[in-house]
Amino acid sequence: MENITPFLLSLLSKPGISGYEEPVSELIAEKWRLLVDELTITPLRSLHGLRKAAAKEKRPTLMIAAHMDAIGLMVKKVEHGFLSITTVGGIDPRMLPGQLVTVHGKKELPGLVQIMPDRLVNNQTSSKAPSKDQLFVDTGMSEKELAGLVKPGDLVSLGQPPFELTGGYIAGHSIDNRASVAALTIALQEIRNYNLDCNVVAAATSQEEVFAVGAATSAFSVRPDLAFAVDVTFAKGPGSTDYRTFPLGEGPAIGVGANNHPALTKKISVIAEELDIPYFLEAMPTSSGTDGMAMQITANGIPTQVLGMSLRYMHTSVEMASLKDIARVGRLLARFITELNPTSYAALFEEKTI
Amino acid sequence: MSPQTKPAFRVGKTQLDLLEELTNANGVSGNETEIREIIRKKVAPYTDEIKVDAMGNLLVVKHAKSPNAFRVMLDAHMDEVGFMIVEEDGDGLYEFEQVGGGDERQFVSKSVTVGSEKMPGVIGSKPIHLAEAEEMHTVISQHGMRIDLGPAGKGKAKRGDFAAYATKFIRSGGAVFAKALDNRLGCATLIELLKTAPENIELLAAFTVQEEIGLRGAMVAAYDFYPQLAIAVDSTPAFDFERPDGSENTQYNCKLGGGPAIYIADRGTLSDPRLIRFLTRIAEDHGINYQYRQPGGGGTDAGALQLTRGGIPSVSVSVPGRYAHTAVMLARISDWQDTLNLLQHALAAITPEILSGDRA
Repeated sequence: MENITPFLLSLLSKPGISGYEEPVSELIAEKWRLLVDELTITPLRSLHGLRKAAAKEKRPTLMIAAHMDAIGLMVKKVEHGFLSITTVGGIDPRMLPGQLVTVHGKKELPGLVQIMPDRLVNNQTSSKAPSKDQLFVDTGMSEKELAGLVKPGDLVSLGQPPFELTGGYIAGHSIDNRASVAALTIALQEIRNYNLDCNVVAAATSQEEVFAVGAATSAFSVRPDLAFAVDVTFAKGPGSTDYRTFPLGEGPAIGVGANNHPALTKKISVIAEELDIPYFLEAMPTSSGTDGMAMQITANGIPTQVLGMSLRYMHTSVEMASLKDIARVGRLLARFITELNPTSYAALFEEKTI
Repeated sequence: MSPQTKPAFRVGKTQLDLLEELTNANGVSGNETEIREIIRKKVAPYTDEIKVDAMGNLLVVKHAKSPNAFRVMLDAHMDEVGFMIVEEDGDGLYEFEQVGGGDERQFVSKSVTVGSEKMPGVIGSKPIHLAEAEEMHTVISQHGMRIDLGPAGKGKAKRGDFAAYATKFIRSGGAVFAKALDNRLGCATLIELLKTAPENIELLAAFTVQEEIGLRGAMVAAYDFYPQLAIAVDSTPAFDFERPDGSENTQYNCKLGGGPAIYIADRGTLSDPRLIRFLTRIAEDHGINYQYRQPGGGGTDAGALQLTRGGIPSVSVSVPGRYAHTAVMLARISDWQDTLNLLQHALAAITPEILSGDRA
């Protein structure tokens, strides 16, 4: 298997805030171009890579989707040489003080998110949790130097560089969900030399972190017969210990519950056992909070399965993932693809699993 | 208007490379070895005596040309705020304690390096998705945080290992972003001044330890040197922001772009007025941008220097900075250049006579 780490590190070094995914999309397109038969970009900027079945006759179509967008910040106002900001996607303002960022103004500027010192906040005698409106970005430039370079609406992406940890782990921002984009890439690499008996559309979707509009429209334009939404889930870690969390690096999480088609849950679990890949069933009592929600209810409905790897510190700039788990998700998807054909597809949904 | 003279110092690539090397290196209070070794190599060609004392201070002497010359001490602390591993928690997670004053609101979502091997790690926080609504309004306590080396980091760190922020130096136009600008700016200043030491004085440069936890290194360094005059060179938080309610900020310490901040009074020191007047005159005579730091709290090594033996006339000069004691500080190159120029001209002009008058 090709070492995916350099590609993943390059993905993590590119901005791609929801709605503005081009920088990361271009990098993915460059990688996938050699792995698929056709590349297309949807009107809402999801990237689709199609691997066609070898036969001309009708074959089932599988969509494997991972959102490529990332959470970030946006400039609200430029005042006295400082930028006030708002968030794009779910960001805990408490993790923002001291964050290095890149301000995408007329040119790219390094910046730093900070909070007003207590001594300058009226009537504040003790430290309070930072809230969005107390935070600002300092570019180090004076008011005069900054004039004309940055305007309201300009994007601000997290700028802390990604890095490898000891023993096969990686940390950085946007691992949610570039880790899954890497897993899709591994799957495409694994099936490269196979004649497929199904069509596969790998989709790097846009805007998951805001409204999952990328996945909804991608699923509609592909109209797959079945689909996987690949996304990260929570790893056990400080303050995160309940049933929603899984040991980091000890195997993928396979969703179970209404957002997941039971036949797919069962099939992917069986594949994991055959490949000797450890996994966890992730209880999703009502919803998955992933692209899978939108995909399942597209058009007249698509059998959907949520699959992913656990991550510590989700939506911070130090998200932590296991490279082994990323590869495991890629291998599960590859095996599912190579086993998918008209007969197995029919068998999958004939079974009385409901 | 005083004549504008050509600045003796230009901060160019050599100086910025030096600052980058010093800020990227780690030297949490009590563990300053890495910084000391960098400085020792840099200053060796320019000095007559170098020694490391019992505390770990690097004491450097550049002799005057004549005997019995005026003994002038420059001080810059080498140490930075950071963390210490205090307990292993399993699964690559480690409980930590602060070394030096920090605001726990600044710890979350940062990368760090741990131990002499500089193992990469992070300080994370509970995902926003799992946080209860009311939690969002409370400060995340340091005691709930862990330094995380990843699951494979289990057993790799040990109690007593130091951890420092992993921030790497960035230059952006006229500004620099780096960790530990407090006080590698001071260290870099002393290194540059040693290169151009004037012949009229016995120049005693102390690169001190443990400033951030109580000015401990400066105390013994000054005892050893027993100077006739001491200048602490540091970086001071400017606090030069617009207040959120739009009212005037009257509580700034100093301003970025305003040049070196000369201390008049802080929590621990009333600077010797004769030295304040002397530095002011030098700045005026040479057309060097300078400012007085607003008298108030805070403190530098000068607080320890002045108390040494029977007392030493002392003053602090600081490069203004922002966000001291956090993962990323910010300073302006022009302020550092102005600081270097002020101090170089001051050293060249300094004589025992500046202390001959009354303090007041």
